[in-house]
Amino acid sequence: MLARLREFLREPEAVFWTYGFPLMLAVGLGIAFRDRPVEIVHVDVQQDARAPEVAARLSSRNDLVVAVRAQAECRERLRMGRSSLVVVPGDPVTFVFDPSRPESAFAHARVNDILQRAAGRQDPVRTADAPVTEPGSRYIDFLVPGLLGMNLMGGSMWGVGFVIVDMRVKKLLKRLAATPMARADFLGSLAGSRLLFMLPELLVILGTGVLLFGMPVRGSWLAILTLAVLGAASFAGLGMLAACRAQRIETISGLMNFIMVPMWLLSGTFFSSERFPDLLQPFIQALPLTLLNDTLRAVILEGASLASQAWRMLALAGWGLIPFGLSLRWFRWN
Amino acid sequence: MRPAQTEQDGASAVATAAPAVRCRGLTKHYPSKTGPVHAVNGLDLEIRSGECFGLLGPNGAGKTTTIEIFEGLLKPTSGEVEVLGRRWGHHDDDLRQRLGISLQETRFPEKLSVIEVLSLFRSFYRRGLEPSAVIASVGLTDKSSAWVGKLSGGQRQRLAVACALVGDPELLFLDEPTTGLDPQSRRQLWEIIRAFGRRGRTIVITTHYMDEAERLCDRVAIVDRGTVIALGSPAGLIASMGGAHVVEFACSPGATLDQADLAALPGVREVVSAGSETALTVAEPHVAVPALLGLLQARQLDLLRLTTRHVSLEDVFMHLTGRHLRDEDVSPA
Repeated sequence: MLARLREFLREPEAVFWTYGFPLMLAVGLGIAFRDRPVEIVHVDVQQDARAPEVAARLSSRNDLVVAVRAQAECRERLRMGRSSLVVVPGDPVTFVFDPSRPESAFAHARVNDILQRAAGRQDPVRTADAPVTEPGSRYIDFLVPGLLGMNLMGGSMWGVGFVIVDMRVKKLLKRLAATPMARADFLGSLAGSRLLFMLPELLVILGTGVLLFGMPVRGSWLAILTLAVLGAASFAGLGMLAACRAQRIETISGLMNFIMVPMWLLSGTFFSSERFPDLLQPFIQALPLTLLNDTLRAVILEGASLASQAWRMLALAGWGLIPFGLSLRWFRWN
Repeated sequence: MRPAQTEQDGASAVATAAPAVRCRGLTKHYPSKTGPVHAVNGLDLEIRSGECFGLLGPNGAGKTTTIEIFEGLLKPTSGEVEVLGRRWGHHDDDLRQRLGISLQETRFPEKLSVIEVLSLFRSFYRRGLEPSAVIASVGLTDKSSAWVGKLSGGQRQRLAVACALVGDPELLFLDEPTTGLDPQSRRQLWEIIRAFGRRGRTIVITTHYMDEAERLCDRVAIVDRGTVIALGSPAGLIASMGGAHVVEFACSPGATLDQADLAALPGVREVVSAGSETALTVAEPHVAVPALLGLLQARQLDLLRLTTRHVSLEDVFMHLTGRHLRDEDVSPA
């Protein structure tokens, strides 16, 4: 029995050559969505007797790159999007810019502000800025558990569903069904191998979050691992259900996207699911990816205990067990 | 393991034992848009233990459906099937342990090596052969650690047969094992199959190559449109045609020859005409051919082509159905 399972694990080991892909995706997305530095805005000052003075005032701010240029060059650079704003000194000082470009509007407000204050404007209300950089509340901290959840979903669904349909297309499933192989062993080893391949993904995504972006991990690693195993197993069940009768690769691809794309959007991977209307909330909260993402965030970012997440975990397990049971019943070997 | 003497005595010693496969009134219907398709239509067979049995027929005759019902992969619409004295649905695991199967088309995982695939299949059986020994027996030792993706068509087919052999089966099912292979690969596979048969084991093979059936099989069933239309040893079926030779000739277009005149030639048993081509089944070509040439000369007809050959199973099939074995567009009636 054990030998069978072990023997079978060797197969996906070789078949899953694509499993490096989710890792690349995680790192790529992690870098793409890391905190952006404070935006640098290019401002050109049109050549004029007063231009150096204006430029000097603006240059005192480190978020503006200021240069004095001839009129034609200023317009050319503005048109090509290389600068965001052209300042024409004089009375009145004229700002040339496209108000529909966010960075131009920002530059306009910023430059106007600096010039007014330099001319002696007093602000009637005293204000102070308190930039948020505390680890745990930044966007990247929100994003990494979501990415992890999304990867667990994608990896399990594709890793199980796609492999099954691929083997069915190649008649390999039929050939295996003609052997005395226990069918539960087969499905179990597929899910088991998926869980093994999930471990490096988990390490890479969390490792990237912690080492590159200083994301805090407040919950226990064991709890995170338990959640990851639960999530991966649940989505493996869903993937199996999607694959249990599909006869062609195109069918399974369509089905997978049909199941996963709505969850990418709704389940709070890239932004909070609470932005959707209240009417949709009960539905969104019941989605397996929402359950997984929210539980992961609670454990990783807030240090919640698994016991406090019991209901969500139970619902998530249901999302795995029910499809698994159905797919056992409906599974088509040839 | 079987007792040693059966391996020496070969097929004849175990032929009297219980049948390896027996089916009665087997039917299989598939629903389709134009009404049900009768892939298998009332098929009776008894395959003896220890023989090499061939299911011979054109594409679409129901051979694959039949063999897959025997293999327990398909459920018949009606009829009884007994394999090794057991029925599917009651002793499935026991049966699967004792069967070796090669499907018409299986694409094994391309990124696994030959030895890994064999070890995987070996792991499914309680008892069986050493994977490396099976690889040697199908002549793939050189390729043992090569990836499946790098194998040629013939090598892949030998791998498929090796996977069927690794459980040391009592009964081997091979579905069109040599289709699409080059002559050398076909001969290699035949030798593997013969070696298995020499050990007193039963083989059921489907094919649409009559030469394959003639060379390999102790008995063949010619299957057409889901039923058995002839059953017997290849030599017996050929003998049933009456003559041992076929004389085929073609005259210049437009020439008319009376079939009755041809049939009246000495030793001619059967006349089949198709266009300008005519085939005569004859007992003694050295008598019939001079007589035929004399007839053509008397009618002042030009002979374009003349060949003589031994009667084959193809001729038996044509005699029974009026069609060629390898007509690709045979549609179930």
